[in-house]
This record gives sequence, C-alpha cells and structure tokens, in this order.
Amino acid sequence: MITLKEALALSKEELATFKKDLKKQIEAKPELNAYIDVNNVGEGVPIAIKDNIQVKDWSVTSGSKILEGYIAPYNATVINKLTDAGLSPFGRTNMDEFAMGSTTESSCYGITQNPHNANCVPGGSSGGSAAAVAAGLAIAALGSDTGGSIRQPAAFCGIVGMKPTYGRVSRYGLGAYASSLDQIGPMTQNVEDAAILYDIISGHDVKDSTSHESNEKVSDKLDASRKLTIAIIPEHVKDASDDIKKGYAKTVEALKAAGHTIVEKSLMDGKFDISAYYITATAEATTNLARYDGVRYGNRKEGESLHDLYVRTRSEGFGDEVKRRILLGNFVLSSGYYDAYYVKAQKVRHLIKDEYAKLFAEVDLILSPVAPRTAYEVGALEDPLEMYLSDIYTISVNLAGLPAISLPVDTAENGMPVGLQLIANAYEEQTLFDGALSLEKQLNFKLNS
Amino acid sequence: MFEVVIGLEVHTQLNTETKLFCSCPTSFNDRPNVNTCPTCLALPGALPVLNKSVLEKSIMLGTAIGATVNRTSFFDRKSYFYPDSPSAYQITQLYTPVVEHGTLDIDFEDGSSKTIRINRAHIEADAGKNIHEGAISKVDLNRAGTPLLEIVSEPDMRSAEEAVLYVKKLHSIVRYLDISNANMQEGSFRVDVNVSIRPKGDEKLYTRVEIKNINSFRFIHKAIEIEVERQIEAWEDGVYDEEIRQETRLFDQVKQETRSMRGKEEAADYRYFPEPDLLKALISDEMFTTFSDIPELPDQKKARLVSEYGMREYDAAVITSDLETAHFFEAMLREGINAKNAITWLTVELQGRLKGGMTVTTSPVDAKTLGTLVKRIEDKTISGKAAKEVLDYLMENENDVDAAIEKLGLKQMNDTGALETIIDAIIAANDDKVEQYKGGKEKLFGFFVGQTMKESKGTANPQTVNEMLKTKLG
Ligand SMILES: [Zn+2]
Repeated sequence: MITLKEALALSKEELATFKKDLKKQIEAKPELNAYIDVNNVGEGVPIAIKDNIQVKDWSVTSGSKILEGYIAPYNATVINKLTDAGLSPFGRTNMDEFAMGSTTESSCYGITQNPHNANCVPGGSSGGSAAAVAAGLAIAALGSDTGGSIRQPAAFCGIVGMKPTYGRVSRYGLGAYASSLDQIGPMTQNVEDAAILYDIISGHDVKDSTSHESNEKVSDKLDASRKLTIAIIPEHVKDASDDIKKGYAKTVEALKAAGHTIVEKSLMDGKFDISAYYITATAEATTNLARYDGVRYGNRKEGESLHDLYVRTRSEGFGDEVKRRILLGNFVLSSGYYDAYYVKAQKVRHLIKDEYAKLFAEVDLILSPVAPRTAYEVGALEDPLEMYLSDIYTISVNLAGLPAISLPVDTAENGMPVGLQLIANAYEEQTLFDGALSLEKQLNFKLNS
Repeated sequence: MFEVVIGLEVHTQLNTETKLFCSCPTSFNDRPNVNTCPTCLALPGALPVLNKSVLEKSIMLGTAIGATVNRTSFFDRKSYFYPDSPSAYQITQLYTPVVEHGTLDIDFEDGSSKTIRINRAHIEADAGKNIHEGAISKVDLNRAGTPLLEIVSEPDMRSAEEAVLYVKKLHSIVRYLDISNANMQEGSFRVDVNVSIRPKGDEKLYTRVEIKNINSFRFIHKAIEIEVERQIEAWEDGVYDEEIRQETRLFDQVKQETRSMRGKEEAADYRYFPEPDLLKALISDEMFTTFSDIPELPDQKKARLVSEYGMREYDAAVITSDLETAHFFEAMLREGINAKNAITWLTVELQGRLKGGMTVTTSPVDAKTLGTLVKRIEDKTISGKAAKEVLDYLMENENDVDAAIEKLGLKQMNDTGALETIIDAIIAANDDKVEQYKGGKEKLFGFFVGQTMKESKGTANPQTVNEMLKTKLG
C-alpha cells in the first residue's frame, strides 16, 4: 500500500482509479470485516473513518444497534479539516460498541479479524481502523482513544497509532464515550504519515470548549537526529508476556544505539490507574449515553408508557458491555457513593498527573508496553475484569491527558506483532514524533505480513 | 401558635440573543423545533460552548444583590430522563455557582424593612416543552438550552406577604437591570415556593414542601396560604408526620388547592458531577468592571425621587416598584412639570383609566402626552377638572393635547375683560343677593362663583373668578 505522503502527491485521475481499486479490494475481503460500509466524500486521498466520527449524510452508529439507521446531519470538525486539506472520508470502520472494549468483539456488526491471524482480535476499540490499515485496505485511518483504543489495536495489528494531547484535536462530532479522556488520532503505516495526518486534524476549534488554543504543526519539522532522554519503567514491564519483554529489551538497545539516553524510573502501581480510569470513564459515559433514549432519533422500541419506551429502547439497543459500564457509572455517581468513588478517583487522577509532571521534568519520553501481551484469540477476553486489567499500560496516558504513539517493534514467536509506545509530556508532540521516527529508523523493522 | 418558614427559588430566563450553549436564537414561540441544532438536540458528538453574555448578566445581578461574584465558577451535570431534556442531563452549577451570598431588602407599608438573604444564583439550561394531545405526546425543543439564572433565597420569609414582597422586589431588580423579560405568564420568571411550619420559638426546620407552577404574585400569596393551612390542619389533627412529606406539589389555581405531583415522589438521585465538556467559567477583571457598573436600582431611584422632588416615601415606592412606571414618570417630568402633579396624574388619573390588563407600556396615552396635559394645567390653559375631560377624550381619540382642548372648547378663560363682562352681568341680575351678601350672608359668595363658572362653561380660572368677585362685591 502506498503511504499517505505518496498518496498526497497523486493526481485527481490517479486517485480516482486508486479509490475504485481500493473499494474492490475491500469488497473482495468481506471476512475481515474492518469496514462497515464504503462511502466516499470528495475526490481526495481516502481516509478510513471510525464509526463514531460524524460524517454528514453517512450512517454513523458507534457500532451500536441503538443508533441503527441514524444518519449524521453534520460533519465532525476533523472531517471538515480532512476535506479542507483535500482528503476524503472513505469508508467507516468497525469498533467496539461506543468504544467500550479492547477487542472490537462488541460491535453490532460482528467481529473484525486481525489481518495477521484470522483467529485473533484486532484489538479495540478502533479495531476496524487498525485492521484496515494493517491489511493494506486503507492508506490511513482515524481512530479514537479513550483508554488506549488507538494505541492497543495499532500494536495488535502492527501499525502506528497516535493519541494526541487532550485538547489538540477537536472532539466536536466524536460520539462521546468519556469526554475528559476521548481524543481522535491518526492510525497509519508509519510515523511520518501519522505526523502528517495529525497536523491535518489538529488545531483549535471554537466548537470544543476543551480544545487547546495553539495550532503548532510538526510534520515539516520532523527530526530523527535529536538526542533525547528516555525513561524506562522496569517495574511496569515485569508483568508483561515474554514476547513483550523481548521486544522491550530490543527497543531499549535500539534507542541506545540511536544515541538516546536511557534512564530507569518508577511510576505508581498501575492498579490505581485502572480504578481511577473505570470510575471516571463510566461516570462520564453513563451521562453521555443517556441521550440514546429513542425519543428523537435512533432505534426506538415503542412501549406502553414513556418509562416502558425508555426501558425497551435501551435494553434492546445496548449490548452487555455498554450496559455494564452504564450501571457502573450510575453506581459511582449515586448519592452516598459519590465521594467514595468519583471524588476519590479524581484525586488519584491528580496524583497520576503530578507524577508524570515530575517525571517529565527530567526526561523527554517514556518507553512503555501498550498491552501485557500480543493480540488475543477471539473470545479469549470474555471476563470483563480481565479486559479492564489489560488496559493497564494505556489508560494513565488518558487520565493525564498526554500524547503517546504506539509503533511496531518486533514479531512474537506466534507471528503476531509486538508494539510499544512512547509517551511525551503534554503538548510535546514534536518530541514524541521525533523520538518515534528515530526509533522507527533505527529498528528498520518490517512486519512479515 | 405556628411560625411559617418560606424560601423561594426563582428561575429567571436571561434575555440573551442566543441559547446558553449553542448559537440558536432564544425566540421559542416559533414553529416547534426550528430553533435547534446538534447541540441543543443532543445529537451524537455535539458539544456545548458557553454563551459569555450569561456571565455578564450574572455579574449584574450579583452586584445588584450585593453578592459575591465568583470569578471562577463550574458547571455540573444533573441527570434525569425526560423527553423535554434531550441529553437526559441538565447542565447546571451545583458545587460552585457564579453568584453567592447576596441580600435583598423588602419594605413594608409601615415604612419598616427586612433583609432576606440570598444563598446563590446559578446558571443553568432550560428544558424544552412537552405537549400532550390525547394519546400523543409531542416535544418542542425550541426552549431547550435557553439560559436561566436560578436565584435561591434562604428560608428567611415568615409570611405570604413577605414572600410576595420578596418576589416583587426581585422581579423589579431583574427588570431594572434588563437581564430578563421576567414575564410570569410567559414563564420567563418562574417561582417555586418552599413552605414549612413550626411551633413559634422552635429553631428547627420541619418538613419542607415545594410548590411549583405559580404564575402570578397573587397566586404566590394564595398558594402559600392554602399550603400553610393544610400543614397546620395536619399538625392539629395529629397527622403531620403522615400527611406532610418532603415533596413537590402543584398549585391548582382553579380548585384553589395544592396537589402532590405523583411520580416525582421517589427521592430523585440526580447523580451530579462536574461537566467534562466545559472548562471553568472565568470572569476577567475587565468583564467584571464593565458589568458591575449597573443602572440605578429601584431603591436608589426611590431615594433619589424623595430627595430630589421631596416626594413622599410611599409615592416614590409606587413609582419605582416597576421599571415601566418609573420610566413613564421620568418621561413625564421631562415636560417640565411639577413632580407632585406628575404622580397624581400618573398613579390616580391615568392608572385609574387603564382597564382590561392595560399597563403604562400599552397605554393609549403616552408619557409625553400626559406630561403635556399636566403642563396645560400648570400654565393655566385649562382647569384640572377640564383636564380630566381631556384625558377621557385622549384615551379614546387622537393624541394631541392642544388639539383636544381646542376641540372640546375647554380652554380656560384667562381674558379678564371677558370675565369681567360676565361678572358684571351676574351682579346686575342679582342685586337682591348682592344686598344680602353685603349684609353679612357670606356663604352667598359661592353662589356668585358657581354662576360665573356656569356662564363661562367651566373655562374660567377659578382663582381669577374669586379675586374678581371679591373686588366687585367689596
Ligand atoms: Zn442549538
């Protein structure tokens, strides 16, 4: 597959032919199920869009039955930015229902295969976007990351996935899961493409009050030769699988070889991250998903009374994992429990932020695993608690609002990709991309797909 | 003996151009659901952006009630399902409201006053409207997301009278500041009353009952009286604990009763938490300075009228109680007339003639016209009595005072020559009465005045008539 950089140089005619072929290829591989459908807007370079990003006149459903038949009447800010830059939303990709999941198994459209092994999940929740890029069925894609939903599927599928600093990319038009954690980000074949796509979608937006004021761009200033100080957290890696440990060790050597300074540091136990994250995310989600009541749009189930209509619409419209998180969110916000759960979680969140701030006073980047192991087999992550624990390496980044990038570094013994992530201080995307580019060059790693 | 404890929550709709969190217009009397957008419809992915002018109006109110205006305030989500609330949560300010700790003085007729504490005023989004038509219910979201300022008093009022005085005062302040249209009938100034009773001398607060749906000052008074009666009866019958529950009741103005709102009885858990889609609402020094410079308030205007025009406190209070009357009065004064005359002609003569819900704003006789009319009395063009006739005419006909005087032939006879002719004729025709008068029957003076006025068809200046008759009769 050609890169985004290469595609941006194609003529209109070349692009038209390319997109026609691409659509054929996608349709020739329905079993992958990375795409829900393949619509196109405009004549530009095709970018696959996660099913929770609003594209005007497209059906946009966040992978949920409750939004079956819903047609978005407006564009997300990122979609306007894509089309303004001459790119085309092209196909919407599968995802865990309302981005709640780590496997893309909870979508109402069925599971998506991992292109490296049809019996494995692509990760989630942006599994469709990751699989499309990894299978050579997308030049690049947009995903969203609330607790690792870009970085983890990128790692499972062997592509690059980047989560920007909270506020860098407008959330206007992103079907909300957890408002204080969600960020849209690029999912690409390489680091440079990720920087290019990040530049296109980022920037201040008056429609998103949490949007950051600045508009700094990174892709024309990429510098792989910068020598950086990179922290490793040995304590964190010890719980990961051998494949991950091996990839981690190899990466540390590569970073040293590239001239970076490696320092050993420690961070708070990840179990606090998990608690703070699931309390915060479900509290926000429970209110964000309350609008799906069947009154104004979506898949209404008529009832005998108003209460009955609500109950039937929501009982039949939402899947199990979504219901579980709605219940959890309501519980942590209910009177009598609010202080013990929600308020405490916010205190932990502050501690996590402070800890990162202290660390970034001394280092430029942190190297960390993305997931405890490589892609799970389909159905292997059935226990919800086990699934929550699998987010241990990704969620503190969202809690602290930091930018991070996941990139492939190795192949496991079973042939599945191993991805690791670099984490930077808030608004230090330039450093993040510079470090990632340096690592990518040093490893010169190509997946055997 | 019981003491009544009342606290009030007033939802005042701020008169901004656009809604609280989107740029839809706030004119909700249009065709249903035309003034909506992804944000106020709560479509997937839409986000709120705070309308800054709401902070500006909050500063004005905060200043007017001597409150703390929080330079940093926060928004919270209040969750409940209802079709008129598209996102199923209301964005409000629970933990840190924009305005806190204010006071408002209410004035009694005997000249005494009382300070009522205001706990807070917070910004929140209004809901839409549900319309029930038989088996079908419809939702109109034109009003959804309109900005409200909820002003919450402490339970400092002890009678229905005090509650009404408080609401009237607050209403007039809001109108003076022009931050809300504050029309009770249209729902832009909604009052919820919290009422409880307790044995006199008891410090403890008993069960508080909330009464909603009261849309006039008169009904506030009535609803409180009825509810207090219900609570006292329950107490005296020994069923207070069973019958008086912390609940929301509706005031039924037809049946003259308060009624429990069934379905809302289960204690609602609103699951408040900080709104993650909005950052803290910041008030800059510049914004604060600009908007804490507020127009003259009712109390200040009243004091000024008393000191500037030597007006009676009571008259000044009547004039300033609502903004429209105050403006009318001031416009009359611009015609260069005496303040005392202006009060009488506004509060007695004009307001006595305003019927059928007419107000000074909709009066057919405007301030300039009424001021001119008073001016014509003062410059002796017409008598006061004639002026009343002119005003009757003006209420029904065209609005030019001088043309009306001319038309009605009421111009005062200030020509002493013509008057003298009339008086001489009367004296000549009644020489018997002249003799009697000169003989000491002084009350006959009135007879001559009456005859003169009659002959002049009421246009003679009574003072001139008096003086002239005194001279002629010796
Ligand atoms: Zn709107």
